[in-house]
Amino acid sequence: MSASPSRRDPAILQWSLTAAALTFVGLFVVLPLITVFAEALSRGWPAYWAAVREPDARSAIRLTLLTAGIAVPLNVVFGLAAAWAVARFEFRGKSVLTTLIELPLAVSPVVAGLVFVFVFGAGGWLGPWLAAKNLQVIYAVPGIALATTFVTLPYVARELIPLMQAQGTEEEEAALVLGAGGWRVFFRITLPNIKWGLLYGVILCTARAVGEFGAVSVVSGHIRGETNTLPLHIEILYNEYRFAAAFAAASLLTLLALVTLAVKRSLDWKLGALAREAPARRTGEA
Amino acid sequence: MRFRRSSILPGFRPAFGFTITYLGLIVLLPLSSILFNSATAGPRHMWEVVTHPRVLAAFRVSFGLSFAAAMLNGVFGFLLAWVLVRYEFAGKRLVDALVDLPFALPTAVAGISLTALYSENGWLGGWLAALGVRVAYTPLGILAALTFVGLPFVVRSVQPVLEDLEQEAEEAAASLGASRGQAFRRVVFPLLRPALLTGFALAFARALGEYGSVIFISGNIPMRTEIAPLLIVSRLEQYDYAGASAIALVMLSASFVLLLGLNLLQRRNRRPAEAVAK
Repeated sequence: MSASPSRRDPAILQWSLTAAALTFVGLFVVLPLITVFAEALSRGWPAYWAAVREPDARSAIRLTLLTAGIAVPLNVVFGLAAAWAVARFEFRGKSVLTTLIELPLAVSPVVAGLVFVFVFGAGGWLGPWLAAKNLQVIYAVPGIALATTFVTLPYVARELIPLMQAQGTEEEEAALVLGAGGWRVFFRITLPNIKWGLLYGVILCTARAVGEFGAVSVVSGHIRGETNTLPLHIEILYNEYRFAAAFAAASLLTLLALVTLAVKRSLDWKLGALAREAPARRTGEA
Repeated sequence: MRFRRSSILPGFRPAFGFTITYLGLIVLLPLSSILFNSATAGPRHMWEVVTHPRVLAAFRVSFGLSFAAAMLNGVFGFLLAWVLVRYEFAGKRLVDALVDLPFALPTAVAGISLTALYSENGWLGGWLAALGVRVAYTPLGILAALTFVGLPFVVRSVQPVLEDLEQEAEEAAASLGASRGQAFRRVVFPLLRPALLTGFALAFARALGEYGSVIFISGNIPMRTEIAPLLIVSRLEQYDYAGASAIALVMLSASFVLLLGLNLLQRRNRRPAEAVAK
């Protein structure tokens, strides 16, 4: 695609704007990225491996995976239900509902943790009841899982809702008219149609769940080997001036972030291709 | 008007019911605890908490620097979107992908990395210190962290609008004798302004609540580099529930206002487009 003359900027302008934009990306994205790996390996590979494999790091990795393993499936079920309700039916107050779904994105992670302390903490609403039953939510795994679920709640729903709205209901209605049951329609028509968008949402949700710091930090109590997720483990090491070990743990999360970006890119491309294909197909049918 | 327009598709009740119950249990009920705790403490105590000099200083730091970071992202995000859409250069696709890094990189990682980079024995910090500029453990460090976390928002709001911008408008302006600068100011920029504003508001909202990346680089000096979310945490650590909820209520109200403004902005911008489509 060649730009028309009126859209082509003079070379000197192009060059200087590009240089300014790239400097910004370099300062704020590329250099921090390189710093993580340079600092992680500043004491050599053996120290790096030792930091990644020490028991506290391993238990932090386990807890992080467990947390994501609870929060992500819950939010997938929620995302599917919310998208089915919002994208398949017309009802009053729909825009209020979609705003509420996005609400956790606008709430500070610290506030997200705080509210669970207010509900489940020792001085909170359910505190005395939980204490009587000898159950612990705050400063324990359930609190961490809840806070993470709160923070990552919108990610699947907000990918699925616009996608299902754009796809329309014709295929599902046709299947119903032909005699398929509700679940059959969902598994045979809806799910295959939204699978890439669903995967996209799951990836974003997982990335956020694994990396969440503020909300988890408030409810975790920082008990080593028990309630430390990987991001909290990084904070502890950093505050103990064990910088190389902190960056070694950070490099694991950075690698995961880079994989997330790569998968996101390829899905962007795929979804973009599907979106270009869909209207063409529809007009072709008409 | 009935609550729901009829449809032959099944499953509205269970899907809607589950959605509302889940939202209520995970989000709304917990959030209501802030209102409840604030109400229990009473307006006078709340007012005392939020007008305490140290809290006011934290609000100034949080709101001021979040605004500054969003402005910086407004300028450079717009520039980045422009360069990515209009120009060709080596590594463009990689740069485009890297713009999303702040979405994917955990904030604690960003925090320690930016601190290492901008502290006086870091790569950039040493160089800046020679010029007499200290970044880490000063408000500038907070600005750097908040700029990082808000970086993708403006780019990702402006980029798709710029891609869809019709060539005809600019060509018409040019054929009517407008210079490049005039065409940009009078035709292109006004069309991009809503997207720019949306990106700005999103970056601002994100920066306001940010905690993980800031606490490492800010040094958390009372009255100078303490952000409001940090004060919430320290109140909570002292079991001062009323104090924590008072500060949280101010922050929540700010996010509500921003969210509401964004919704109005988007609704206003969608309307003419829809009218044309119909």
